[in-house]
Amino acid sequence: MTVFWILAPIMTIAALGILFVRKAVHAALLLAVVMISLAVLYAALDAPFLFAVQIIVYTGAILMLFLFVLMLVGVDASDSVVETIRGQRLLAIVGGLALGLVLVIGLGQISMGTAVGLDDANAGGNIQALANILFSRYVFAFETTSALLITAAVGAMVLAHRERLTPKPRQPELAAQRVRDYAEKGTHLGPLPAPGVYARHNAVDTPALLPDGSPAPDSVSRVLAARGVIRSAPEQADHIEAVQRSLEGHREEESL
Amino acid sequence: MSVTPYIVLSAILFTIGCVGVLTRRNAIVVFMCVELMLNASNLALVAFARQHGDLDGQIAAFFVMVVAAAEVVVGLAIIMTIFRTRRSASVDDASLLKY
Repeated sequence: MTVFWILAPIMTIAALGILFVRKAVHAALLLAVVMISLAVLYAALDAPFLFAVQIIVYTGAILMLFLFVLMLVGVDASDSVVETIRGQRLLAIVGGLALGLVLVIGLGQISMGTAVGLDDANAGGNIQALANILFSRYVFAFETTSALLITAAVGAMVLAHRERLTPKPRQPELAAQRVRDYAEKGTHLGPLPAPGVYARHNAVDTPALLPDGSPAPDSVSRVLAARGVIRSAPEQADHIEAVQRSLEGHREEESL
Repeated sequence: MSVTPYIVLSAILFTIGCVGVLTRRNAIVVFMCVELMLNASNLALVAFARQHGDLDGQIAAFFVMVVAAAEVVVGLAIIMTIFRTRRSASVDDASLLKY
């Protein structure tokens, strides 16, 4: 029972947090807290098999699926606070409080007596006992879940499938497109120029220099240009005299 | 050991999930609240299995987990499809059938 009194407040606070956090990722992490605590409660309730399944299936598979979809949709897809139906949020909270009160008061009215406990049922091991029931009395339901799972898998594939509307461009089409671009817009036919290679710096963020001394914009990645982290080659050459002077001084010292 | 506290906790979690479904606007968070409600009912099932000394409740919780897994797969695929066409995961934006 100690486990319960430690975990119950944590679970309630985490569940309430799902209602109030702005970001969906935080809600997923709070849900993970609730689910792992639930798994521990299952273990406390003599259900070791469900303890493992809860962690593997719920926390491991379902929650990770949630996180996958969150990453695909974009983590900053936060909630809008605009109410489409006026007063809906307030009504929902009032209705929720009423439901909670009715449930809790109703449960407080009844006394369930002492629990029978699962010591007899789990005598030969919880998993063996579960398997005995699952493959005898519930075998039809078990077989039906296979149909359900296959339907779900096929449904997810159908929903995720995207029909290609245009044929995929292959190498001949790409080459023809390049030549067409050259004819119409004068785009360079060959590959893009490589970034600059200099004595003092040869990283990909330094543009190559054209024959007239100006930097070639095509020689650095557009991503780096958008981030504004491109170095200028002439600027680096500015310090060259100072470097030469210090080197000269060094050499003189050595000769002395 | 009485199982009443477990049932009360399950009721509280169920209520929180219910309010979440009604108030949140992000479809994924709404879905998480549905999962919270399923988990709460699972807790009640497992607690009652212990109360009655019968493993049927645990089997029921097991089946709820299987159905929840299938439901999440299809539901998230639907959310992804809606997001791809409407660029939004808000439940308010998918309102074309209204008009």
